[in-house]
Amino acid sequence: MAEVVMPQMGESVAEGTIVRWIKKVGDRVDRDEPLFEISTDKVDAEIPSPWAGVLLEIRAKEGETVPVESVVAVIGEAATTVAAPVAAGEAAKPAPPAAAAPPPPAAPVAVAPAPAPVAAAPAPVAAGGEAPRPAAAATQTPIAEEGHKQKSSPLVRRIAKDHGVDLSQVPGTGLGGRVTKDDILAYLDKGGTPAAPARAAAPQQAAHVPAFKPGDNVEVVPMSVMRRKIADHMVLSRRTSAHVHSVFEVDYTRVAKIRQARKADYERQGVKLTYMSFLMKAAVDALKAVPVVNTSIDGDNIVYKKNINLGIAVALDWGLIVPVIKHAEEKNVLGLSRAIQDLAARARAKQLKPDEVQGGTFTITNPGVFGAQFGMPIISQPQVAILGVGTIEKRVAVLEDDAIGIRTKGYLSIGYDHRLIDGAVADEFMSHLKKTIENFDPDAV
Amino acid sequence: MLSDRKLVVRRLGVVGYAEGLALQQALVAQRAADEIDDTLLLLQHPHVLTLGVKTGESRTHVLATPERLAELGVEIHETGRGGDVTYHGPGQIVGYPIINLKPDRCDVHQYVRDLEEVMIRVTADYGFQAGRIQGLTGAWVVADKIGAIGVRIQRWITSHGFAFNVTTDLDFFRLIVPCGISDRGVTSLKRLTGRDIPIPEVEDHLVHHFCSVFSRTL
Repeated sequence: MAEVVMPQMGESVAEGTIVRWIKKVGDRVDRDEPLFEISTDKVDAEIPSPWAGVLLEIRAKEGETVPVESVVAVIGEAATTVAAPVAAGEAAKPAPPAAAAPPPPAAPVAVAPAPAPVAAAPAPVAAGGEAPRPAAAATQTPIAEEGHKQKSSPLVRRIAKDHGVDLSQVPGTGLGGRVTKDDILAYLDKGGTPAAPARAAAPQQAAHVPAFKPGDNVEVVPMSVMRRKIADHMVLSRRTSAHVHSVFEVDYTRVAKIRQARKADYERQGVKLTYMSFLMKAAVDALKAVPVVNTSIDGDNIVYKKNINLGIAVALDWGLIVPVIKHAEEKNVLGLSRAIQDLAARARAKQLKPDEVQGGTFTITNPGVFGAQFGMPIISQPQVAILGVGTIEKRVAVLEDDAIGIRTKGYLSIGYDHRLIDGAVADEFMSHLKKTIENFDPDAV
Repeated sequence: MLSDRKLVVRRLGVVGYAEGLALQQALVAQRAADEIDDTLLLLQHPHVLTLGVKTGESRTHVLATPERLAELGVEIHETGRGGDVTYHGPGQIVGYPIINLKPDRCDVHQYVRDLEEVMIRVTADYGFQAGRIQGLTGAWVVADKIGAIGVRIQRWITSHGFAFNVTTDLDFFRLIVPCGISDRGVTSLKRLTGRDIPIPEVEDHLVHHFCSVFSRTL
């Protein structure tokens, strides 16, 4: 009995898609004989069987994408394929009764937990001549056992079995929580005790709810590559960072005056002076003052970026792109304005070079242009913060002398990663930004 | 000092797609048995659309009707390589490296990056900067693909490989959504430089950079 795992096809390869099973359940396979094909990036690879025996179970269907080192198949001895599930149920530890789930179509196989040898049948009919409905204990237990099965090698499991250790109780330090030989030996050294009853089932993914049924009045349009990438990145970011948001109101009246005074000058040089010009400069200053906002997290380390590379989100008809102004700390208001004008124009003309959308260390997004008072933006990984600029407009304000007046104002929001940045630090950054905008030095423009 | 591994280059001219496939299969077996050295096949195919193993999807990326394809003399082939639908035809250098990635190059992504590097360097020889776009395999000049990649690996022996547009008639790409990517275009050395560059000359550049990227000697 041995498991076949998704092989690691290189350091950078984290997952693979099963393209085709060359062998079927019940087929005999020799060691090194092609067993299945995977696809990753633009590469297809034929994977030879690591073991000789009979293919007892296929756990990953064709088309399924699974992480490396996860179990995709089980290979065992031919004799075990005829064992009846009743015997497997008896040999199994008592398990609480559970509603028998219909067997997965790709793997009509009943598997019992250790210490009993795994019993499997090539087809449901052979498994007792009944309808395809193996005994409750037999179908229910593999789920509970899956946790440790996925995360140990045959050697480790043999050691575990010899010492009567439940592997799910052993802390794994290997890839993906895998229990290594050292882990189990250390566990035994510390006097690890024999297994407790199987732990609770691993959390299952939420069931996929179909978005439409055949015959529904819908039109199905495949996502563009860009759309898919945005979708993946947003979910990845939500899962990676502990997002927290904070909103400040900023008085742009002074900046509005400077802008009016200097606009024509800038235009003569072919550059538009916008509120974004001031915000970029103020953000750079604030990042210099609070450098932890200009970092990334790498494992347990904080990576401080020596340069400030400002990503500015640009909306496109067909999506969204974030061109990056490299070395923004070396640029003045004119330079920043010119850079973003050029990048945005080329983004819309699809003329950006690949490295012009990479390497950002902090991002500014501008939901205000679409009328939003403020946004709650999602961080662009692997950055740790993102600034959202809300609509800038004239508002009624209480002035210093308690009079009521009209000021140009807008909200600024920040989304930050609370793993690294606490509220006080984020607010220090935002206060710095606000102060810079409200006291902007006209000579700097 | 370790010497570089030997590479045999075979320049085959125009080869039918099926014929090329059979040759590759034979060479993979021979390479696995260590009967031959690492080999790089350089050739051109007659007009052909090849479908990768994700055929379910890639069929829908063929935009022309079978009748239209027949009229243009374009064949369709299913293949064992990675990737989606691809066009091959005259003026495009197809490179099929049959090399053993063992022992020191066992990383499929690195292999693909290395093939990209070869094409990027050749493009640079002609004065244009090509690059990579994350998630979109190939060599890109701005948003246009000049070189495509689709690879198969069996026990770390490579087959299939890359296709580099020199004087390719780019109109043929309109028959398909190249590699399933609909919002990007294709280009060629001819489109970039405005010149008809001889195929053998570009092959020389490819061989040179292939050897240097993969540390092989002829």
